[in-house]
Amino acid sequence: MRIPFSAILGLVLTGGFLFIAIFAQWLAPYDITSTVGGVWDGPSGTHWLGTDTIGRDIFSRLIYGAQITIFVALASSILSFSLGSFLGFLAAVRGGWIDQLLSRIVDLTMAIPSLIVALVMLSVLPLNLTVLIFVIGILDSTRVFRLSRAVAMDITVMDYVEAARLRGERQSWIIFREILPNALSPLVAEFGLRFIFAVLFISTLSFLGLGIQPPLTDWGGMVGENKGGLIYGKSAALVPAGAIALLAISVNLVADWILSRTSSLKGGRGG
Amino acid sequence: MVESLLSFKNLKIEATAYPPGEAPRHVVLVDGVSVSVEKGKVLGLIGESGAGKSTIGLSAMAFGRGGVRLTGGEITLNGRDIRTADASALRNLRGKEVTYVAQSAAASFNPAKRLMEQVIETSVSHGIMTKAEAEARAVSLFRQLSLPHPETIGARYPHQVSGGQLQRVMTAMALCPKPDLVIFDEPTTALDVTTQIDVLAAIKRAIRETGVAALYITHDLAVVAQVADDILVLRHGKKVEYGSTDQIINTPKEAYTQALVSVRSIDHAEKPHAEAVLSVQNVTARYKGTSFDVLQNVTVDVAPGQTLAIVGESGSGKSTLARAITGLLAPSSGRINFAGRTLSADLAGRSKDDLRELQMIYQMADVAMNPRQTVGTIIGRPLEFYFGLKGAEKEKRIQELLDQIEMGKGFAERYPAELSGGQKQRVCIARALAAKPKLIICDEVTSALDPLVADGILKLLLDLQARENVAYLFITHDLATVKAIADKIAVMFKGQVVRYGQKSDVLAPPFDDYTDLLLSSVPEMKLGWLEDVIQSRKMESAGN
Repeated sequence: MRIPFSAILGLVLTGGFLFIAIFAQWLAPYDITSTVGGVWDGPSGTHWLGTDTIGRDIFSRLIYGAQITIFVALASSILSFSLGSFLGFLAAVRGGWIDQLLSRIVDLTMAIPSLIVALVMLSVLPLNLTVLIFVIGILDSTRVFRLSRAVAMDITVMDYVEAARLRGERQSWIIFREILPNALSPLVAEFGLRFIFAVLFISTLSFLGLGIQPPLTDWGGMVGENKGGLIYGKSAALVPAGAIALLAISVNLVADWILSRTSSLKGGRGG
Repeated sequence: MVESLLSFKNLKIEATAYPPGEAPRHVVLVDGVSVSVEKGKVLGLIGESGAGKSTIGLSAMAFGRGGVRLTGGEITLNGRDIRTADASALRNLRGKEVTYVAQSAAASFNPAKRLMEQVIETSVSHGIMTKAEAEARAVSLFRQLSLPHPETIGARYPHQVSGGQLQRVMTAMALCPKPDLVIFDEPTTALDVTTQIDVLAAIKRAIRETGVAALYITHDLAVVAQVADDILVLRHGKKVEYGSTDQIINTPKEAYTQALVSVRSIDHAEKPHAEAVLSVQNVTARYKGTSFDVLQNVTVDVAPGQTLAIVGESGSGKSTLARAITGLLAPSSGRINFAGRTLSADLAGRSKDDLRELQMIYQMADVAMNPRQTVGTIIGRPLEFYFGLKGAEKEKRIQELLDQIEMGKGFAERYPAELSGGQKQRVCIARALAAKPKLIICDEVTSALDPLVADGILKLLLDLQARENVAYLFITHDLATVKAIADKIAVMFKGQVVRYGQKSDVLAPPFDDYTDLLLSSVPEMKLGWLEDVIQSRKMESAGN
C-alpha cells in the first residue's frame, strides 16, 4: 500500500507533537514558571525561541503548553465522541420521541455560538481542567451527535439491520455490532477534525483568559500573554500561534488520508 | 460484401480498479473481440454482468467510463479508425453518428428541463437541423414510438411521464439527430414486464422505420432474440459465440450459449393442497401518514414444505405483504396465523420462536449482510442467538450449513465482499436455514442475479425444501421463476389478490384481463414471439 507524501508528513508531525506532549518534563530545558531572562529577549543559544513578557523561556513553555493543549483537547474529544456517537446512534435506531428530544436539544445548543455558551458556563463554574474538559466535550458532542446520527440513519435502513431486528436482537447488539463497525471510518476521520477544533477552542478560551489558568499555560494563553509585544516588533506571540497552526495542519493531513482511504467515493464504481 | 458501418478488430479494453484498502489493480475488461455491424442491422450483445457488454457498447463511440482505457485493436466507424481520433473529432461523432440510450431513463434526464428541450438538444447543438425542424422530427418520432399525445408530450417534465414512456422519449432523443448507429444499453431491464413489451415493440418499430443500425445490450437472451439480427455472446470480456439470432437461439454451438438458452427450464411438479402453516386472513394495511391501503383484504395460505408465489408488478403490494407478515408493518385489520398460533401484529409482541420460525431472504444479498462480519459470524449468530450454540459445536453446525449451500470449507473466514453475487445469496439462505424455520419469505431473491446463477439458487431452494420441509413465500415479478418453483400462486394488482390458487389452475385459461396481460408479457426464447403477442393483442382489442 502506498501512503501519499502528505499523509506521511502529517503522521510524522502529529507523532512528533505527541512525543513532545508525553515527554515534556524531560524535554523542556527550563522550568515552566521561573524567570530566566529579560523581557522579550530575542532567540539566542541559551533561549532558542527567546523569552516572554516576564522573561520566561518560550521554548520550555511551548513544550509544556503542548502537553496541556493536547491533553485537554484529546480528553474532551474522547468525551464528545463517546457521548455524541452513543446518543446519535440511539436516536437513529430508536427514532420517535427519543430522536425528537435529543435532536431538538442539539439544535437548541447549536443555535447559540459555542463560544458564548462556553463563556457563560465557565464564568459561573469553577475554573479547573475537569470543568474545562467537560464544557468543551459536551459542546462538541452536539456536532458528533449530528454526524453519527446521519451515518447511523444510512446504516439502519440497510437490510442487514432489518434482518437483525427480525431476528429479535436487542438494541445494544444493533448499535454496537451492526452499526458501530460500519460507522467507524467516517467517525475516526471526524475525530481528527474535532480534535483540531478542540485545540482551537481551548486556545481561544485561554487567550480570553477563561481557559487554562496561570501558572500553567497552553498555546492560546501564551499568545494572549505576549500579544502586547507585537506593537514593539517582538515576535514572541507568533511562536505559539505558529505551533497551533502546525498542529492543526498535521492532524488534518492524517484525517484527510483516513477519509480518502475509507471513502467509497473515488475511483471505480465499487463492487 | 456489404459495407460495414462499425467494426471492432481485436478490441482490447483495460482499466485500473481501486478496491478500498488495497493496492490498485490492473484489469482487462475486453480482450480480443472482433465483430462488425452492417448498415441498418441490429447486433445483440449478450452476457452476464462483468462480461464487458456495456464497455464494448460505449467503445463504439470511443468512450470509456471512469478510468477505462481503450488500449488495443481497431474501432472503425464509417470507414475511419475512431479509437485514436482526437477530442474534437470525437465530439463531432458522438451525438451525430452514434447515440446512446441508457438503462435508467429516470436518472438520465435533467429533471429541471422539459422533455422537448432535451430531446432536440443534440440535433440543434451539432447544427444538424434548426430548432423547428428538430421539434417536428421529435414529434414524428414520439408518434412512431406510440407515445400518448405526441404533439404535447414534449412540454412535460420527466417526472410527469411514466418509466416506460420516459424510456421511449430517450429513444426519440437518440434517434432525433438521425444517427447511423444507436447503442441501447439494457433499455428495458428496469421496467416491469408489462411495460417492457410496449417499449420493446416501440424500439423495434422505430429501428425498422428509421433504418438505423443498433447495438442492443442486454443480459436477457429472450429479449434480444426479439430485436437483433445477429447476436454476440460474451463472457469475461471474451467472445463465446457469434451468429445469426436464429442460429444462436435454435442451434447454439457452445456449451455456455446452450446453458443461456435453456435457462429457466427447471421442472417442478406441483404439490397437492394441504393444511396451512401460514395463513393470512383479510389483511389490510397502510403506511403511517398515508390515506391509501397498500394491502386490501389479502387472504392467502402456505402449506408446510410448499411454495406460494406472490406475483405482480412494482407497486402491487408484494413486498408490503412480506412486511406485514414479518411484523415490520402492523396491519390495520385482519389476522395472520402461523404454526397454529395467531401472530402479534407488531414485531415487539412476538415470541422468540415466532421470530425464529419465520425467516426472510432479501433481494440484494449485498446489503443483507453486514460487510464487517465474516460469513462464519453471519451464519453463526442465529445459532448462538436462538439455540445458544458455542465453540466447536457452533463451528460444526456452521460447516454443515455451508455444505448444505454447496460452499464447502474455507468460506467461514471470508467477508461478504470476497464472495460472488450467487455466493452471497447462498450465505443469506444459510443464515435463514440456521434458525430451522418453518417458513422463509424470499423477496425477489433471484432478481439481481444473472440468469444462470439465479437458476442455481432456485435449484438449491427446491432441494432444501425437499430436505428440510420448509415452506416458501416467494415474492417475484418474474413469471418464469414462478413457473419453475411454485405450488400455489397469488397474483397481486394494486394491493389486491386478483387471482389465487394452485399453480395449474392459475396458469390455465380462462384468465382474467390482468393475469392474461402479465402472462403474455413474459418474453419467450423464440423468434417472432414479440410479433405474435402484439398481433394477438390487436385481434383481441378488435374483437372487443
